[in-house]
Amino acid sequence: MKPTRFIDLVPHIVLIVGVLIFAYPIYVTLIGSTWDSGTIGRGGLPLWPGGQGAANYAQAWAGEAGDRAMYTPVRTMMLNSLVMALSIALGKIAISILSAYAVAFFRFPLRMAFFWLIFITLMLPVEVRIIPTYKVVADLGLINTYAGLAIPLIASATATLLFRQFFLTIPDELLEAAKIDGAGPVRFFVDVVLPLSRTNIAALFVILFIYGWNQYLWPLLVTSSGDMETIVTGITKMIGTGESANDWHIIMATTVLAMLPPVAVVVFMQRWFVKGLVDSEK
Amino acid sequence: MATVEIRNVRKSYGPVEAIKGIDIAIQDGEFLVLLGPSGCGKSTLLRMVAGLEGITGGEIAIGGRVVNHLDPKDRDIAMVFQNYALYPHMTVFDNMAYGLKIRGIPKAEIRARVDRAAEILELGRFLDRRPSQLSGGQRQRVAMGRAIVREPAAFLFDEPLSNLDAKLRTQMRVEIKRLQDRLGITSLYVTHDQVEAMTLADRILVMNHGVAEQIGTPLEVYQRPASLFVAGFIGSPPMNVLDGRIDDRGGAVLLPGGQSLPLPQPRPTEAGRPVKLGIRPEHLAVADAGFVIEVELVEALGADTVVYGRLPGGEALLVRMAGLPSCRSGDRLTVSPPADALHLFDAVTGRRLEG
Amino acid sequence: MRGVALLDKRRRGFLFNPPHASPLRHAQPTKDHPLQRRVTFDNRLLPYLLLAPQVAVTLVFFIWPAAQAIWQSVHLQDAFGIRSEFVWFENFTHVLSDPNYLDTLKVTIVFSVAVTVLAMGVALLLAVLADSKIKGARAYKTLLIWPYALAPAVAAVLWMFIFNPDIGSFGRALRALGYDWDYRLNGGQALVMVIMAASWKQVSYNFIFFLAGLQAIPRSVMEAASIDGAGPVRRFWTITFPLLSPTTFFLLVVDMVYAFFETFGTIHALTQGGPGKATETLIFRVYQDGVVNNDLGGSSAQSVILMVIVIALTAVQFRFVERKVHYA
Repeated sequence: MKPTRFIDLVPHIVLIVGVLIFAYPIYVTLIGSTWDSGTIGRGGLPLWPGGQGAANYAQAWAGEAGDRAMYTPVRTMMLNSLVMALSIALGKIAISILSAYAVAFFRFPLRMAFFWLIFITLMLPVEVRIIPTYKVVADLGLINTYAGLAIPLIASATATLLFRQFFLTIPDELLEAAKIDGAGPVRFFVDVVLPLSRTNIAALFVILFIYGWNQYLWPLLVTSSGDMETIVTGITKMIGTGESANDWHIIMATTVLAMLPPVAVVVFMQRWFVKGLVDSEK
Repeated sequence: MATVEIRNVRKSYGPVEAIKGIDIAIQDGEFLVLLGPSGCGKSTLLRMVAGLEGITGGEIAIGGRVVNHLDPKDRDIAMVFQNYALYPHMTVFDNMAYGLKIRGIPKAEIRARVDRAAEILELGRFLDRRPSQLSGGQRQRVAMGRAIVREPAAFLFDEPLSNLDAKLRTQMRVEIKRLQDRLGITSLYVTHDQVEAMTLADRILVMNHGVAEQIGTPLEVYQRPASLFVAGFIGSPPMNVLDGRIDDRGGAVLLPGGQSLPLPQPRPTEAGRPVKLGIRPEHLAVADAGFVIEVELVEALGADTVVYGRLPGGEALLVRMAGLPSCRSGDRLTVSPPADALHLFDAVTGRRLEG
Repeated sequence: MRGVALLDKRRRGFLFNPPHASPLRHAQPTKDHPLQRRVTFDNRLLPYLLLAPQVAVTLVFFIWPAAQAIWQSVHLQDAFGIRSEFVWFENFTHVLSDPNYLDTLKVTIVFSVAVTVLAMGVALLLAVLADSKIKGARAYKTLLIWPYALAPAVAAVLWMFIFNPDIGSFGRALRALGYDWDYRLNGGQALVMVIMAASWKQVSYNFIFFLAGLQAIPRSVMEAASIDGAGPVRRFWTITFPLLSPTTFFLLVVDMVYAFFETFGTIHALTQGGPGKATETLIFRVYQDGVVNNDLGGSSAQSVILMVIVIALTAVQFRFVERKVHYA
């Protein structure tokens, strides 16, 4: 064994510092969610857990009035976020895989025109067309609905492009073998293309679920009633301007709950997550 | 089981004509090999029979029924692809059963047919595996199994062995031959490998640039190549081709080097005509008189020896001799062919001069 | 950790075809990926049915609103929204000659450049270290990947918990040291705060891509360099960094887009664009003018300007990808 030199420890030190920078705020939030608002508000938050955890989470979950204000219950907001994230993820996957199948496996008039129509949505993120999109959704009567939250976000070129890219790697001979076996386009899609796309679907689901859960600007616009609030926008509404007299204990418990689903998805589906991210590049 | 008739079949891609009118009637149970270099149109022709390519002109009939406008699934054919085209997410069993399921064949019969095919192909132990868990040779067999269970009118093989290594290829070649003998199903087999063609075929269709250069049994194609192209394509090493002229009496071929080779039959009507003279390397033997070559290179292959020689006029001449080498580079060697081993071709068209 | 195991497997093409596989590349025909398969089905109606849902959503929620934005950007509406008048580029000249807007542009540039440099620099350092042969590299990777899951707004909230001058431990510590820390009142501090929070969230994304990029560099190249006598630092600058450049360029564009658009949540949660307009970026201003101040023409003109920026960034990426793709 070589003696350990200080220089060999430098990478570890740097990496540990990096890990701490990412972990510390989470730790503080976790700890904070177990103390009372007074302790937090005074700035005297200790580094160890307090005894209020269960009470804080129960209070946040049920939306009972805090010391100073009333909030939308976290369970409502979690449900809204869940519906939004799932609708966006599943909706995007569904419409993208169908359109990618059309573009990749058929030859028809205007094929490239449709392809480019889908492609240019890459250049129109929701942020640059907020007001008119809001107006369309309002005209359709979709304000404060799940449909209004999700549908305008489910058309995206990236998922279509990813599926199309994958479809182009399916060998021509497989399609020919299926034709000889007697499978038509619908049967080929159900029996061959869908099963072969499982990995891609799972990977994309992870990325899109996180994307949907973390939406901010759009829910801020299309929801005005408390019972349609999503959790990410809900937190910042609780905080307001960040005065010390907030119900910090509830806010922190809510923050922990808001982080839980996407972090769980990343940690438990890490394999798909990394693949989805690297393949689709958002 | 059925005949496959190809009548003046043409294929064009825009202005480019890929198949320029092929005619052949394949007998019931016959094994026909489509042989040719890549790009000659042999795969296109096969795919037209399968229904994977449209037919620009002519007719294809399977079992007496014109199939020009039928979908592949309605043509009663099965196909084995070069890369096998197995469904990667299905087990061996499901791969073989898929076409039968789509056709609504009862489960019990599917089971029976797959089991029978698996037994013939010795795949019984692998029925629950996925293609990715199989070796190349096993995948190849699954691809054949998928064709067999269909009990089609004809098998179509598209270079089925070219993804295998040399040893496995030889082994599978023998298996395919045995299988076809046993099942007796009409087969069309595309390859660019002359050994596969010679060993498997009842008849060979040699294709070049979208035309049939020759249709014949393997021996006919070897012994009486219909054109310079066929002569050069079949046989290894390839046939020697020398420029020559029939002498004024029509009794011999004169070569630029001054040699004169007597013809087995005199050709008085063609006296003075320029020709191409073909001699297979294996037909040249050391003799007292004949071609004098300077040996440039000697390849000892064990069972036989290939000598790369050069004539005084500079033309290359290959000689294939049985056994171990008896000469070295730099040596002078006199070789000559028997009179009946000369092939004459038209100097312009490259067609064989019969007689 | 299965995912990290995956990161360790080098050059599994199907799972990892990193930086060069940007969405734009998917649109370009290459030898391996033609724009069209050779073999297709030949149904007439079916492809249109398959395309219908996506095309419908795209037309209704993308093309139509974008067209509206462009239309509105060259019109002026009266106070009641009943009549509108075609005003050429008046909205644009109005927006672009507004010193406030130019300030916002300046803030946006400072913010975006800082976020991009910070997020990429830190990620590259961590990725290079985590990719080296050190003990526990796998654990480090896992611990550095997960922050990707956090929403920008949530990241902002976490930073507030720490740097809030009243309740945050660091915020209070800064004040205790005699530094007048209050990002709610001091514009410069506010900008630093949003830059830090926005970069913090983006590091893990960059880390994942740098790691994938590093793993795509063949071991043999590094070994050849070692044999040629290059030390670790020299190897990094002469071999690793140039070979990583496709990833770097890709992330450069992605991070700029992130800083421009996705950080809306960060800023909205942390500073509301303030104090004053110290942290107001272009996207925040579009929201502010369009939603809060209800200035449709001005907001639309700004939206159109943003569209131009996105298209420019996309074009840059497109060009770069085209040029670099063979390199990787």
